[in-house]
Amino acid sequence: MLNYTFRRILVAIPTLLILIVITFLLMHSAPGGPFTSERPLPPQVLANIEAKYGLNDPLYVQLWEYLKGIVLHFDFGPSFVKKSQTVNDIIAQGFPITLTYGGLSFIFATLIGGTLGVVAAIRQNTFIDYFAVGISIGAQVLPNFVMAPLLVWLFTLTLGWLPGGGWNGGAWPNLVMPVIALATSYMASIARITRSSMLEVLNSNYIRTARAKGLPERTVIMRHALKPSLVPLISYLGVAFVGMITGSVIIDVYFSTGGLGQSFVNSALSRDYSVMMGVTILLGSLTVLFALLADLLYAWVDPKIRY
Amino acid sequence: MKKFTTTLAASLLGATMLTGAAYAATVAAGDTLAADQTFTYRVLDEHSSVDPQIVEDVSGADIVRDLFEGLMNQDADGNLIPGVATGFTTNDEKNVYTFTLREDAKWSNGEPVTAGDFVYAWRRLVDPATGSPYSWFGELMSIENVGAVMAGEAPLEDLGVTAIDDHTLEVRLTASLPYFALMTTHGSTFPSPQAVIEEHGDAWTNPENIVSNGAYVLTEHVPSELSVRERNPMYWDNENTVIEKVVALVINDENTAFTRWQAGELDRTEVPTGQYPRLSEEYPNEALSFPRLCSYYYTFNLSENGPEAFQDVRVRQALSYALDRSIITDKVLQGGQFQAYTFTPGATAGFEVPSVPYASMTQEDRDAAAVALLADAGYGADNPLTFDMLYNTSEGHKKIAIAMSQMWKQKLGVTAVLANQEWKTFLETRGNQDFQLARGAWCGDYNEASTFLDLLTSESGYNDGKFASDEVDALMNEAKTLTDATANYTRVEQILADEMPVIPVYHYTAVFMLSERVKNWPVENVEQNWYSRDLYIAE
Repeated sequence: MLNYTFRRILVAIPTLLILIVITFLLMHSAPGGPFTSERPLPPQVLANIEAKYGLNDPLYVQLWEYLKGIVLHFDFGPSFVKKSQTVNDIIAQGFPITLTYGGLSFIFATLIGGTLGVVAAIRQNTFIDYFAVGISIGAQVLPNFVMAPLLVWLFTLTLGWLPGGGWNGGAWPNLVMPVIALATSYMASIARITRSSMLEVLNSNYIRTARAKGLPERTVIMRHALKPSLVPLISYLGVAFVGMITGSVIIDVYFSTGGLGQSFVNSALSRDYSVMMGVTILLGSLTVLFALLADLLYAWVDPKIRY
Repeated sequence: MKKFTTTLAASLLGATMLTGAAYAATVAAGDTLAADQTFTYRVLDEHSSVDPQIVEDVSGADIVRDLFEGLMNQDADGNLIPGVATGFTTNDEKNVYTFTLREDAKWSNGEPVTAGDFVYAWRRLVDPATGSPYSWFGELMSIENVGAVMAGEAPLEDLGVTAIDDHTLEVRLTASLPYFALMTTHGSTFPSPQAVIEEHGDAWTNPENIVSNGAYVLTEHVPSELSVRERNPMYWDNENTVIEKVVALVINDENTAFTRWQAGELDRTEVPTGQYPRLSEEYPNEALSFPRLCSYYYTFNLSENGPEAFQDVRVRQALSYALDRSIITDKVLQGGQFQAYTFTPGATAGFEVPSVPYASMTQEDRDAAAVALLADAGYGADNPLTFDMLYNTSEGHKKIAIAMSQMWKQKLGVTAVLANQEWKTFLETRGNQDFQLARGAWCGDYNEASTFLDLLTSESGYNDGKFASDEVDALMNEAKTLTDATANYTRVEQILADEMPVIPVYHYTAVFMLSERVKNWPVENVEQNWYSRDLYIAE
């Protein structure tokens, strides 16, 4: 297992390197640049600015300098658009925000979705099952860009209980709506996946054997059924977790939370090369990391899997 | 209180101008001040910077105008009033300006604001090492040697700005600019504190480091969320300032912002697209619409890359005539926008909208003329005119483009193929003359017609359609030296109406929701240069 982990980490390095190179080239091949504007800058001014940011060097030199900055100083460079900030500043400011509401959404979605799924499977084809499936389908058809305005309409405009947006240092009234809006559709997927995999396990031979042994139903579910039913869920949760903690543009735009999702989209549109690169590398590393964690978890829940 | 000058034309007459008190928050009789003097407003995006020489976006410039004060300010109508300078003198050629600085102007750390601070800031603006995206403003101001300094061919000391003493600043220009003083209300000309910048580098604008000379100081900045500025007790006119605290909240989505305005979290926000008619009925005292110095147009590609059809003036006129602008302003936009028949908005100071023939015709007459012109040019059912129409991706631009192409289709049988590109790609395409007909928009950099008309001179870097007319070039060149250039501007607009290098569509209005509690908003200032210190919150 240690050996496997080590190998996976080794493979992650070239993966990230390829990601960096491709993103870098794609970004630079998009028409326009960070300083393209409605009022084209006089050539002299443009030359001055490009020289300041090293954009006048050949691409391979820029890429090399960029990689050197990351590896040697963990420096992702200055933002070309937000002049007083560096990429490190932007990530240091945005990532904790995204991590907070994303992490909470993850916990919320997993607990509620998982419970709904398990309960629905145990009580298959009863009122409880229909109710749980109903809720999860309802949540599935309400994507966050529909949820967000509905929540604001209810909690801010109608009831006046919660502020309509802003972060405010992560105070709980500001967290409620972003967390609900982000969590609902994930929760629905988790409930569905848990329910169907739980059903499959419950109908398997070894569960029949366990029941035949006369084990109490509680032990059958908790000890024998739950763990194996997690396998398909884990692969989904790995992806979902990265998706949630790396932020949602919709949540950031709608609730003005100031997380990374917004920087990701804005930097691509404004050709803020360095911010775009920094955020992509962060997302890429997290994806690689959680894919690895998910794989390691498989081995824990399913003894058939060995590395 | 004596106003500085009422119009630009008046400012051209005097050689010496001095005034008494500045404009400030004057509480109207009958208004009681609210206990909490906090003004909260929405900004679309995080500001680019609050460094006066670096900032390039409007919301950043609004903040800079509160944090720093330049030589001159504007009052609620956009007229020049004293700022750090109590007044200025100029010579007959209007190429040397001498500003007298007030003695009581101070930085927020208590140091006096001197002429040297302006010299430092202006050199910094054009210094290649600064890499300011607004250094072209120095060029626009025609300061002596600015080109050589920007190119790094001359030392900074050669720039034509000198501190004669601590309170006298002399500026030497290479051109005669009667409206020069107006330019000193622009943020990029505001002073900056050399010692602080040298100590902290790029981080000097952080709340813990910044030193500024305006009515407010930056006290908090949470990137992508908010910035807070609070009253600067060192400001020379602090006793006449009422607003204690100004909060700018970053809210990307205009509908969210509007909801939060409704919930009372904001005092000011933009009206969501297309909702002005409804909101102005629902909130008659709070939905505001007023002219802005911006022009929306489509430009023909007249370069050699452009289609041959557009070389024919009759085709250009036909397309412009057949465009029923009232449909665009009254049915599509519905925000009180103005139909445009001239390139320069009528709201521009000292600009009289000239009578161009096609503006006074009825739409039926224009349509008839358009059909005849196009037929003359040889286009019709047997030889249909088809061209591409390019705009940058946006729902609003799309609606307008669809309306325009439909009008052309129905009235003239012309097919305009719509295409949209994402903003930066669009700018690149248009700048490379890789288009046929493209959308354009221009907002004045200062309140004078040349900020628009210069765009269509052959030398202009912004003339993406590559229209070239010797007469326009000559008239605009001459205008720079005239005390009153109205006749030149009128003539240029007439040439534009004849030659139709661009199709003027409409002139912008600003539409926003302003809480009734906020008083003194400068609705008459077409540049929307507002200063928080002029506002107050009533109960």
